Amino acid sequence: MRRLIAAATAALAATALPALADPDPADWDAVLDEARGQTVYWNAWGGSDVVNGFIDWVGAEAEERFGVTVEHVKLSDTAEAVTRVLSEKTAGKDEGGAIDLVWINGENFAAMKESDLLFGPYAEALPNWQYLDPQENAALTADFTVPTEGMESPWGMAQLVFYHDSARLPEPPRSMPALLDWLEENPGRFTFPQPPDFLGATFLKQALIELTPDMDALSRPVSEADYDRVTAPLWDYMDRLAPNLWRQGRAYPQNATRLIQLMADNEIDVGFEFNPNAAANAIANNQLPGTVRSHVHEGGTLGNASFVAIPFNANAMAGAMVVANLLLSPEAQARMSDPDVWGLGTVLALDKLPEEARAEFEAVERGPATLSPEELGPTLPEPHPSWMERLEEDWTARYGVAP
Amino acid sequence: MPAPGAGLLRRAPLLTLLVMLGPVAAGLAGTLLPAFGIMPATGEAMPGLDQFRALAEWPGLARSAALSLGTGLGATALALAITVLICAGWHGTRAFRVLERGLSPLLSVPHAAAAFGLAFLIAPSGWIARALAPLAGWERPPDVLILQDPLGLSLIAGLVVKEVPFLLLMTLAALPLLRPGQSLATAQALGYGRVSGWLTVVLPRLYPQIRLPVYAVLAFSLSVVDVAMILGPNTPPPLAVQVLRWMSDPDIALRSRAAAAAVLQLGLALAALGLWRLGEIGVAWLGRRWIEAGSRGHGEGVLRAAGLTLGALSGAAVVLGLCALAVWSVAGFWGFPDMLPQALSGRTWMRHGMALSDPLADTAVIALAATAVALALTLACLEAEHRFGLHPSARALWLLYLPLIVPQIAFLPGLQTLAILGGLDGNRPAVIAAHVVFVLPYVFLSLADPWRAWDTRHGAVARALGAGPSGVFWRVRLPMLLRPVLTAAAVGCAVSVGQFLPTLLVGGGRVQTLTTEAVALASGGDRRVIGATALAQTAAAFLPFAVALAVPALAWRNRRGLRHG
Amino acid sequence: MAEGLTLDDLRIARGEDELLRLDAHVAPGEVLTVMGPSGSGKSTLLAAVIGTLAPAFSLEGRVWLDGRDITALPPEARRVGILFQDELLFPHLSVGGNLAFGLARSVRGRAARRARVAEALQEVGLAGFEARDPATLSGGQKARVALMRMLLSEPQALLLDEPFSRLDADRRDRVREMVFARARERALPVLMVTHDAEDARAAGGRVVTLD
Repeated sequence: MRRLIAAATAALAATALPALADPDPADWDAVLDEARGQTVYWNAWGGSDVVNGFIDWVGAEAEERFGVTVEHVKLSDTAEAVTRVLSEKTAGKDEGGAIDLVWINGENFAAMKESDLLFGPYAEALPNWQYLDPQENAALTADFTVPTEGMESPWGMAQLVFYHDSARLPEPPRSMPALLDWLEENPGRFTFPQPPDFLGATFLKQALIELTPDMDALSRPVSEADYDRVTAPLWDYMDRLAPNLWRQGRAYPQNATRLIQLMADNEIDVGFEFNPNAAANAIANNQLPGTVRSHVHEGGTLGNASFVAIPFNANAMAGAMVVANLLLSPEAQARMSDPDVWGLGTVLALDKLPEEARAEFEAVERGPATLSPEELGPTLPEPHPSWMERLEEDWTARYGVAP
Repeated sequence: MPAPGAGLLRRAPLLTLLVMLGPVAAGLAGTLLPAFGIMPATGEAMPGLDQFRALAEWPGLARSAALSLGTGLGATALALAITVLICAGWHGTRAFRVLERGLSPLLSVPHAAAAFGLAFLIAPSGWIARALAPLAGWERPPDVLILQDPLGLSLIAGLVVKEVPFLLLMTLAALPLLRPGQSLATAQALGYGRVSGWLTVVLPRLYPQIRLPVYAVLAFSLSVVDVAMILGPNTPPPLAVQVLRWMSDPDIALRSRAAAAAVLQLGLALAALGLWRLGEIGVAWLGRRWIEAGSRGHGEGVLRAAGLTLGALSGAAVVLGLCALAVWSVAGFWGFPDMLPQALSGRTWMRHGMALSDPLADTAVIALAATAVALALTLACLEAEHRFGLHPSARALWLLYLPLIVPQIAFLPGLQTLAILGGLDGNRPAVIAAHVVFVLPYVFLSLADPWRAWDTRHGAVARALGAGPSGVFWRVRLPMLLRPVLTAAAVGCAVSVGQFLPTLLVGGGRVQTLTTEAVALASGGDRRVIGATALAQTAAAFLPFAVALAVPALAWRNRRGLRHG
Repeated sequence: MAEGLTLDDLRIARGEDELLRLDAHVAPGEVLTVMGPSGSGKSTLLAAVIGTLAPAFSLEGRVWLDGRDITALPPEARRVGILFQDELLFPHLSVGGNLAFGLARSVRGRAARRARVAEALQEVGLAGFEARDPATLSGGQKARVALMRMLLSEPQALLLDEPFSRLDADRRDRVREMVFARARERALPVLMVTHDAEDARAAGGRVVTLD
């Protein structure tokens, strides 16, 4: 279906090419001039205190340093922004769009890129791109294996991390098989957000990676793989897991924050989040007791980067690029990775930074609930986004519609 | 000798219908096109039923549709039954007057806030379970499926607690004209009990008066999104929620399927109304047989007690739920099975106070503007009716209820596309226009009866004293009806404050109100944040009611004749 | 056409049904009493004369007042005053406000208007009542205020719609006497509808009975 749309929109793409008036990131001074006085509507998920706090800070910096006003349009789901831009394109609104910058990755990016809804390439021409090392960190230029081609700019590294309450469960299970064994003895004490929630889908992918006989198939589109063979162990696993889940798998929490709430209510003993610092943040926010600790699975957990992209019809492209560049500045990155602020991993390569900036990163202190980089272990790459789509669909057909 | 502007006034009813129904019709068209395979921008133009075929293949369809129908019909029947039992058993008593006084505050609680509150009360880790925990010896919450149960029982409960106050208000507005006291006294003299007398002599005349509000409740319950997301099942969810999910899926192809499902949703609403109509006929037939049998009824006491208990329970659920939200909004860590948090903290309010106060101005501007437009149109219609002796037909009343009966999810996405096409999206006037569609029916419905009940001889006297028609309107009728006008305005403001989908879709995210902000903040699901945002929303909706009470009380403090008007 | 109020072959119908037919002349200072059971269209007749007939009714014939054809004039231009059985004081205005509402525009200037209102109150024994809430007045007081409000608008004819039926017997006589005296004094033609034979007798004029 998506292929069909891509083909159909190819004709329209001609009209959607950057117009002559679009700012050129190579001429950065011109971008800064044009950006001054602009208002950037940054559409970003608004469900997290710590994230909202950080975005506010970025807005204040942008205003002070570059005269760019940032309005955080809080989304309850990033797909709202995709829908929005598509509606505008549907209506032939090729400039003056409502969205200037969007926090995006994975399937939302794939959908927007494929439908030519993005401005760019611009990311690799940003002045602060010099602090990144895409050779070392492939996730910066491949979003769920889809090449970013400069159409989005990275700003944070996330990794799947589990958490448990050490007062109730001193030794948590550290692999998918161990999780199932433990759950069979403690039925009802674990669950995951319902796919297609992003975190729930991430759990499916993590399980697939740990269980599949054919890891390599995952980096290519799902259509090129022997899907049944690759996923058979996952569905066997899920069939055994589901009846032992919280509420016997007849209901699922909606999202990551609900999972934290279930943990606080003593309804489950193991939760997980897509941020190594999540447990510490939740403790600081009084959402979890101080005895909660983090853990990961042996062999590593999924990781990916968060990006910002600019829609093809953005009203304030120059301002949006200034914000994207600001997000890559050592000051912003150091603040973002500070566990007291947010604790997301930086996208910068520390060895490319000036001396003082590096010192700032190295001085960061982690609380007892956060794992050190060594403890975090290896980051597993995301499968091609088509896997996520297919897994969500299949999971919904198997478990999501028949209680 | 027509006054200047009389022509405009005469056209007011037409203009009103246009303002209200134009967007609905346009939006429906915008939904129907993609449902039948026509999507201009993605280049898809393959008219046909492919989208419906794809929809039929979705494995959850039957359950999802059945769930929508079941919860919609169930919630409406239960809410109506409770309303009728309360009125039958208690109308005219002191307990009833207490209940009556609590109505407006209950009405102003936004649906989502009430649902969140109820969720925390009845969840296995909620207040009720916590109160029972020491007795039952629970250290962990029992692993039972109460919220999001597959039958949608908690969703029905969530809808009932909010719809009972609405139906009760509509009933109270209709009752005085029926003079229930006299009829009831007659029936009691013939040996009928209070409840059976009421059911036999008052209800048959009352029901036609509240039929349209009941239909509105039915259509709303059937297509509600926010309450269903909080309390309803998810495996699969009711159809309206699924429509929204498809609509917001990054896979753009699913948007056409969402449109097809929206059309189905519209069909479901119509089917439910049809079923309900059949039910009405059936109940009326049974009722006539019961009346003809002359049965004086048994179990009067049980019915009265049931009415009072259920009514009190549904009111208490909302109030206690709000209390729970208030406690959560200042809670430090609060684990199971503690009845209260370990510590209190102002953090949530400090953090979100700013985020919530920013959109306050926009919320107020939009609510006031939409209400002003709706009020002006309503007054113009009512005045035209009075001056030109127009008699609104039953069909006109149906048209008025149309925006309340057509599911929002069926026409708002289409409306959004049209707004973008016209370059009107994302600005305040467009959002205000979209709000007017929903504000207007409520303003009209709450103002029409008191306005028409005004003694027109006051007008005749004023005219004979030399005042022109506008003089009568501005100097006599409007001031005398200040209280109902302000109440209608308060209802309008509360409706506007509560709008989520229209603001989001037409505002393009650029117009942020307290409600869009609250939903976005609450999407994280942290109970502290939900508590603070829900309370802020409730306060914003309640404030206009307080003003509507305070202003006439102050302005007419020396006018006894208007104190109970 | 003569001085006074002339109902020139007046016919009121509702759709096909003729409701009433009346041809009469009321001279200045004279009272014409129209009697009839309820439903005979008495109030409709008055509505036709003051100009507030509901659009559902149709009217034929003419209404003349002091030689002017007022049939097509809006109510506020007819200069016909009316008193109903209820006093219908505007509840949102003070007693003084009610009188000022009625007071003709020709009296200009705040001080002059106030003085005129005070004088009117004095005339009916309610001096100093300007700021009172009309809802706090007794029935007789309300009736007096209503009468003065109407007279201050300087009408050229007076219509009475069962004006005394709400008052108790004792007050009824006094109020009735006051109303008729003021009408005679100002030489106003009076058209009264009532079902009370006592009213008709007290008025002393001709009586027409509708059926």
